[in-house]
Amino acid sequence: MTEFLQQLLNGLSLGAIYALIALGYTMVYGVLRFINFAHADVFMVGAFAGYYLGQFLPEDTLWGGSIVLIGAMAASAALGMTIERLAYRPLRNAPTLNVLITAIGVSLLLQYSGQVFFGAAPRTFPPVLPSRNFEIGTLTLSSNQLVVIGVAIALVVALQFIVFRTKMGTAMRAVSLNPKAAQLVGVNNNVVITFTFALGSALAGAGGILYSLNYPSIDPLMGVMPGLKAFVAAILGGIGNIPGAALGGLLLGTVETFVAGSQYSTYKDAIAFAILIIILLFRPAGLLGRFTAEKV
Amino acid sequence: MLKVTDLSVSYGAIQALGGVSFEIPAGDIVTLIGGNGAGKTTALRTISGLLRPLAGTIHFRGEEITRLQPHDIVARGLCHVPEGRMIFANLTVDENLAMGAYLQTDKAKVAGIRDYVFGIFPRLKERLKQVAGTLSGGEQQMLAIGRALMGDPKFLMLDEPSLGIAPRLISTIFEKIVEINRKQGITILLVEQNANLALEVSRYAHVLETGRVAVHGPSQDLRQDPQLKAAYLGG
Repeated sequence: MTEFLQQLLNGLSLGAIYALIALGYTMVYGVLRFINFAHADVFMVGAFAGYYLGQFLPEDTLWGGSIVLIGAMAASAALGMTIERLAYRPLRNAPTLNVLITAIGVSLLLQYSGQVFFGAAPRTFPPVLPSRNFEIGTLTLSSNQLVVIGVAIALVVALQFIVFRTKMGTAMRAVSLNPKAAQLVGVNNNVVITFTFALGSALAGAGGILYSLNYPSIDPLMGVMPGLKAFVAAILGGIGNIPGAALGGLLLGTVETFVAGSQYSTYKDAIAFAILIIILLFRPAGLLGRFTAEKV
Repeated sequence: MLKVTDLSVSYGAIQALGGVSFEIPAGDIVTLIGGNGAGKTTALRTISGLLRPLAGTIHFRGEEITRLQPHDIVARGLCHVPEGRMIFANLTVDENLAMGAYLQTDKAKVAGIRDYVFGIFPRLKERLKQVAGTLSGGEQQMLAIGRALMGDPKFLMLDEPSLGIAPRLISTIFEKIVEINRKQGITILLVEQNANLALEVSRYAHVLETGRVAVHGPSQDLRQDPQLKAAYLGG
């Protein structure tokens, strides 16, 4: 029982990170109908932004950790907006395939520029937050895991509020449902798209910091696997669906952790993806996706 | 109020409009009729900025708007109710109307327009919290018109408001269109396949044929035109 709870907690904290990244994939898909493959590398840049900010801040403080988190989110948002402006906007009327190929190009550009600027060797992410372990019975809770889950929940709630309760959020949903009609009521679609990139990238940046707190070895290719998993999580939840992305992330993280803790640990990715295939066989539009789903 | 001069629009190699000119005076209801592929929808989409013309100019209240972005055109008081209604199907009626007022900053004024829209289409008020995609065709058309009115237009373009609507609702909607014009003084450009209906409610008409204005004149006269009768009015 203890082991089950322990693994559940580990799985949820990993899943929360996948969820944060998956939200960015799903939101950009919602407004532009393509998968932004460079998103995983925004996650990596977020982690490095936090790493460099951490050099100027004391370790083990709550305020230092908060600054690292907010700074990384801001840097990632700026990067996301820049990518959209320079790489995707000129292709606004081009076929989706061209945009997709461009996204892969941007992804490679970021990965290998990262190796040039940050170096290819892994670096150790500074312990910017105070870290404690709590014992509850035989269960060990690390404060970092709680931070991951807490921050992820707060960000998802904030995102739900923005998307469903603000004018900009309503405009995002409108652009996603019908970009032409949105233009005809006076929405400047480019502004909404830029905003969507900023929001999604900020979440990826937050994911980068949370990931690095738990797995403190960072390198320019660190985004590849979590990015792939988060992409899968977004599909699993129903691409374009915000609660779906969050659910898909949590599910994938949990399954992966349980398999990793079992005797089949070598096959953890294989089993996680097999589950994906099985779910998609029965629900081709994803867990929460409908074919006419709310696409944001 | 609106002046279109020598407008030409192409989709790739296919010419949709070849030098169309017309003018719409303030306060009028003017209709654009013609068969399938005559270029009616293309004309509206070009005026509202969704399409870029190859040549020609569009002036709205004396100002050239030919190459403005759609949202800048809406900001000037020119609203377009597109063909097929294009309501936001997954948003509620309430949210759809709020989106219509996207550029409006004066909350009191928006509340006033909202009441006015509910006055014209009480059905929308009853269905405020309903998801727009679940409305009937006629109700969706009411919502599309209501949404455009929320933008406080001076000029309203309606593309095929009778399309896919129960016959008994068509006359209601057309009565409301006339009412919007009379009571609010909103100038209306109406595109219709149902030429009889369009000529009935409008004062002036332009007949498009394969991308050109073939005939134009007061709607009453066109209704009597034998050639036109044969072509569009079912004898």
